[in-house]
Amino acid sequence: MNLILQGLAWIFTPSHWVTSVGNVSISTRIGEHFYYTGVSLLVTVLIAVPIGLAIGHTGKGRGIAIVLSNASRALPTLGLLAVLILGVGIGLLPVAIVLVILGIPPLLAGVYSGLESVDRQTIDAARAMGMTELQILVKVEIPLGFELIFGGFRAATLQIIATVTLAAYYSLGGLGHYLVFGLAQNDYPQMVAGAILVIVLALAVDGILAVIQRFVVPGVSRGTTRQRRTARGGAIPPVAQSRTLIKEGQ
Amino acid sequence: MIEFRNVTKQFPDGTVAVDGFSLVIPSRQFTVFVGSSGCGKTTILRMINRMVEPTSGQVLIDDHDVATGDAVRLRRSIGYVMQQSGLLPHRRVIDNVATVPYLTGVSKKKGRQEAFGLLRTVGLDESLAYRYPAQLSGGQQQRVGVARALAVDPNILLMDEPFGAVDPLVRAELQTELLRLQRDLDKTVVFVTHDIDEAFLLGQHVVIFQKGGIIAQQGSPAEILANPASDFVASFIGADRGKRRLRVSDIAADNGELLLVDGNGHPAGVIETDDPRLGAGTGPKSRSVSNKTDQAGDA
Ligand SMILES: Nc1ncnc2c1ncn2[C@@H]1O[C@H](COP(=O)(O)OP(=O)(O)OP(=O)(O)O)[C@@H](O)[C@H]1O
Ligand SMILES: [Mg+2]
Repeated sequence: MNLILQGLAWIFTPSHWVTSVGNVSISTRIGEHFYYTGVSLLVTVLIAVPIGLAIGHTGKGRGIAIVLSNASRALPTLGLLAVLILGVGIGLLPVAIVLVILGIPPLLAGVYSGLESVDRQTIDAARAMGMTELQILVKVEIPLGFELIFGGFRAATLQIIATVTLAAYYSLGGLGHYLVFGLAQNDYPQMVAGAILVIVLALAVDGILAVIQRFVVPGVSRGTTRQRRTARGGAIPPVAQSRTLIKEGQ
Repeated sequence: MIEFRNVTKQFPDGTVAVDGFSLVIPSRQFTVFVGSSGCGKTTILRMINRMVEPTSGQVLIDDHDVATGDAVRLRRSIGYVMQQSGLLPHRRVIDNVATVPYLTGVSKKKGRQEAFGLLRTVGLDESLAYRYPAQLSGGQQQRVGVARALAVDPNILLMDEPFGAVDPLVRAELQTELLRLQRDLDKTVVFVTHDIDEAFLLGQHVVIFQKGGIIAQQGSPAEILANPASDFVASFIGADRGKRRLRVSDIAADNGELLLVDGNGHPAGVIETDDPRLGAGTGPKSRSVSNKTDQAGDA
């Protein structure tokens, strides 16, 4: 408890919010954190969404996707980062690669299971009406599977935000800096401050996404609570993700 | 005219649903496919709009092989109603009805305007237009399904057990309205059911199927009833159980009407006595019978 108070005190120390010689402000660190998260998330989306849509729409390749996803989850993140840095050198690239590898499985699973959750009869009827495959995807499958797709996006976002802390091990900044630097200096308040900042950031982002989700999900879910609940049940629970976050943050 | 020429369908798992099937479906008539579950009715029906592609053989619409054109365009030109209405749950009723017009580039305003007309055609109140499908009863959803199928004014309307999931009263109502629609709209309707009474009620041309997509008999209801082609047909239409053999009961109803019973002695209805063949003098009760029917006729 005392340590948490000290951590909070560290955060609310005005000088920590100003960049000066030998000190980078907290807001800059948050900016770095967001930057790494944003870039990685973008690449994750560009890779996982098209593949997930293809798997979900055709029903093919699901097995391979599951095997690869599980394999990538088993990779030791820190070790992978070390290998990549040896390979391509220090910089944003190896960090982004690791983050993308972490972000793809939850998003991919969200996208294809979102499409798979759509009633086959509805899709069959849409096809029989004369929709093209693309129209079925855009007008039927994506809107109806959106809840799960967006759930996958939230999970990937949390996973990435939590793991960006690793960048600091290679002096790339981000909020992980306080964890690594604090540890090296035996400065526990600073470490706790870093952990608190990462957690607050992750929860805030997830909260914003939750609000967005409420507003963009198509009318039907607002009309019937039953569908909303079943869709939730299948999503990757955000709680499990925030646990990883705390674990990684230590 | 829709023609099947020696059509075979083997599904990827090896099931041969239809083997060497040939049939001509007349234009602007109500044709009903009837047969027990799994005999291939749906498979055959869905070959018309290419939702099922035959393994071999041809399906022709007005002498034009459906396989040569674009499947999407073909489907947009044919109305299709299925058992579970298959409406898009995230779109309002009115937009469901306008689904195909929207696909072909009709504006939302115009699409909705025409959809309102169609809702009236199928007997739905305009107040339901802005609901979502889940907020309608099963019978109402089926009506929306019919309205949607009619939205492009198709020449052909395919209906796969459209009234299978609604209660008997609503079904009777929907059947009556469908008959009216068919008379008014003059379309080629192909209707699938496994209810022989529904088949005889609706169909001008009835095709009775046996397992494996084999035609047991086809013809008008009168032809089939008068001359079942085989024991299978006789059994299917209930002739062998005496269901179709009606006679006047020895016991008259309390109010004096002539009661008809089937071969098993179950009451089937009362008799209309306008027909001179049944004329007066059939017994002491004949007067009260004609009185009754006169009243019924006035009502
Ligand atoms: N996609 C499929 N893959 C494999 N077999 C199929 C497929 N669709 C239908 N069948 C088989 O083909 C046969 C005919 O099926 P079909 O659906 O045409 O019957 P049906 O007459 O419409 O039956 P019902 O009255 O129950 O709707 C059945 O034996 C069925 O199991
Ligand atoms: Mg069927």
